[in-house]
Amino acid sequence: MLTYYLQLGLRSLKRNPILTALMVVGIALGIAASMTTLTVLHLMGSNPIPWKSDKLHYVQLDNWSPDEPYSEDGRPPDQVTYRDAVALMEAGKADKQTVMFKLSLPIQPENRDLKPFQALGRVTYADFFAMFEPRFKYGHAWNRDQDASHARVVVLGKDMNEKLFGGQDSVGKSVRMDGIDYTIVGVLDEWKLRFRYYDLTNGAFVDPDEFFMPFTTAVDLKRRASGNNSCWKSPGEGWDAFLGSDCVWIQMWAQLDSPARLAEYKAFLDSYVSEQKKLGRFPRPLNNRLLDVTEWMEDQRVVSRDVEVQTGLAFAFLVVCLVNTIGLLLAKFTRKAGEIGLRRALGASRRDVFTQFLIESGVVGLSGGFLGLLLTGLGLVAVRALYSEYRTVAQLDWMMVLTTIVLAIVAALLAGLYPTWRACRVQPAAQLKV
Amino acid sequence: MLKMTHLQKVYRTHLIETHALRDFSIHVREGEFVAVTGPSGSGKTTFLNIAGLLEEFTGGEYQLDGVDVHGLNDDQRSRLRNEKLGFIFQGFNLIPDLNLFDNVDVPLRYRGYGAAERKKRIEDALGRVGLASRMKHYPSELSGGQQQRVAIARALAGSPRLLLADEPTGNLDSLMARGVMELLEEINRQGTTIVMVTHDPELAARAHRNVHVIDGQVTDFDSEPALRAGSRESGIGNRESVQAAPVSP
Repeated sequence: MLTYYLQLGLRSLKRNPILTALMVVGIALGIAASMTTLTVLHLMGSNPIPWKSDKLHYVQLDNWSPDEPYSEDGRPPDQVTYRDAVALMEAGKADKQTVMFKLSLPIQPENRDLKPFQALGRVTYADFFAMFEPRFKYGHAWNRDQDASHARVVVLGKDMNEKLFGGQDSVGKSVRMDGIDYTIVGVLDEWKLRFRYYDLTNGAFVDPDEFFMPFTTAVDLKRRASGNNSCWKSPGEGWDAFLGSDCVWIQMWAQLDSPARLAEYKAFLDSYVSEQKKLGRFPRPLNNRLLDVTEWMEDQRVVSRDVEVQTGLAFAFLVVCLVNTIGLLLAKFTRKAGEIGLRRALGASRRDVFTQFLIESGVVGLSGGFLGLLLTGLGLVAVRALYSEYRTVAQLDWMMVLTTIVLAIVAALLAGLYPTWRACRVQPAAQLKV
Repeated sequence: MLKMTHLQKVYRTHLIETHALRDFSIHVREGEFVAVTGPSGSGKTTFLNIAGLLEEFTGGEYQLDGVDVHGLNDDQRSRLRNEKLGFIFQGFNLIPDLNLFDNVDVPLRYRGYGAAERKKRIEDALGRVGLASRMKHYPSELSGGQQQRVAIARALAGSPRLLLADEPTGNLDSLMARGVMELLEEINRQGTTIVMVTHDPELAARAHRNVHVIDGQVTDFDSEPALRAGSRESGIGNRESVQAAPVSP
């Protein structure tokens, strides 16, 4: 019977092409608006490293001013000072740990055809690669010894390697950055990060890092970070004063492989800060935090309130489209009262009529879903064109394709419920002059 | 086959009660061809709606082919309607965007027959009404008489025990009407019981038995519902027991 109802549904849709088109386009528009915003929301909010997001923890220490909190809601600063970064790295209490900051350096290519250019990279420790797991195309990360020895080594991002070496294996070659030659030890493969979750303090939706170099090496350059830098009192003059100041400009992550290790590390941080208090630092009450990846994303509002509001509005638009579809289906089914009466007289039960017309609504939904999918694709193209920072999250994945179709069918079935219920209440005797 | 005893049908609104059928009793035996006559508003339509299980009744008893229909739920009534009854309507009531094959297929789908069984029954039924060659045509391509033949084929396809016909020739010219009437007589001769509502005394006269309805009551009927093989020749004046119907005020 299901096939029969499906045939009847398709035939009924063909019979009134304009009415059908109005319903299908209505649902498709509502679905496309909802799915475009929902896709962005879904990918923005999705866990970028689900297999270990509960192990990677963002470290926050509250070294802020005694006179006012860092934020009104009592959150500690988003970054740590150089002194604390170095002290915590030297303590090495986590299973893996790294600190990092963003650095912009001029690149002077060996190839004279290429003009020098400015590149944005990341300064970090060897553990970074083991913690965040980017794939290497050539070579590998530097090691802890190279961290300790301030080695002049670098890992290139895929794009930078393309630009400088045409995508060839450049491991062992050198690249001149700000007048100093660094030996390339590794080249990353394409790192499909939807957003740069390991540094949310400098904007999540930004271009990938073009190079990575050891923290210790970069500090020797005495160049300030290209990212955010916040101070609650003047750092004083000179590089050494800046390094010794209470300005926060470094991000720190600790990998803690079990809840017990997390508790231990938290206790270690508290103890560290208590010790620092004795030295006259950390004037505020103890306020250290260790947030895992998803908690950190939420804290930093990776999914912005704007996107949530847009998604809400898009779903409100879908509801409007569905109300419109209810009206159109009601008109369509009312016109079929005679046929319903006849089918009832010929043996159809109310359940048969209900199933037949609900399937017809489902067919409208399926058609609306496919058109909606197409429009969602176009919507995402428009989002990518208008907001380049969203280009990594404005992509349809198979999950969202499936969601689009299911949502369209469910929406159409919901819209069809009332008209279908009305249809199966048709009194055959009133429709037929028996 | 169809037995109604002291049947009541009352339509109630906030203000008034309308007695559409009152103390309505009728017994149609297997193989009969019964014509139900009466003026407009007399209750003929209500009788056929109830007989066809399209409406509930408010009192009395109704047995269809031995089944007491009182208290049956919608599924049971629909199944009984599908298995026991065939309908022929004055306005044919074909579905315009289904071809003849698919129109005749409608009741068979609800019966749950397989594709091969349905095809055989549809071809047989359309063959019986002389339209086997036009199965792929649509109703709009047929004359009124042909459309009513399709409706008859649809009614016959499920091999009903009882055929309910409402003014089956009401929308046809006399030539087509004669053809349809002859077809109904032929079907009846082959064993299908027919109850036909009509205004037309000539048509009524061709039935085995007439039942006259006024004000929701059977006021006049042939006392001996003997089956008459030669019903086509019998006119209204030849009925075995005819009395003037009382005129309601």
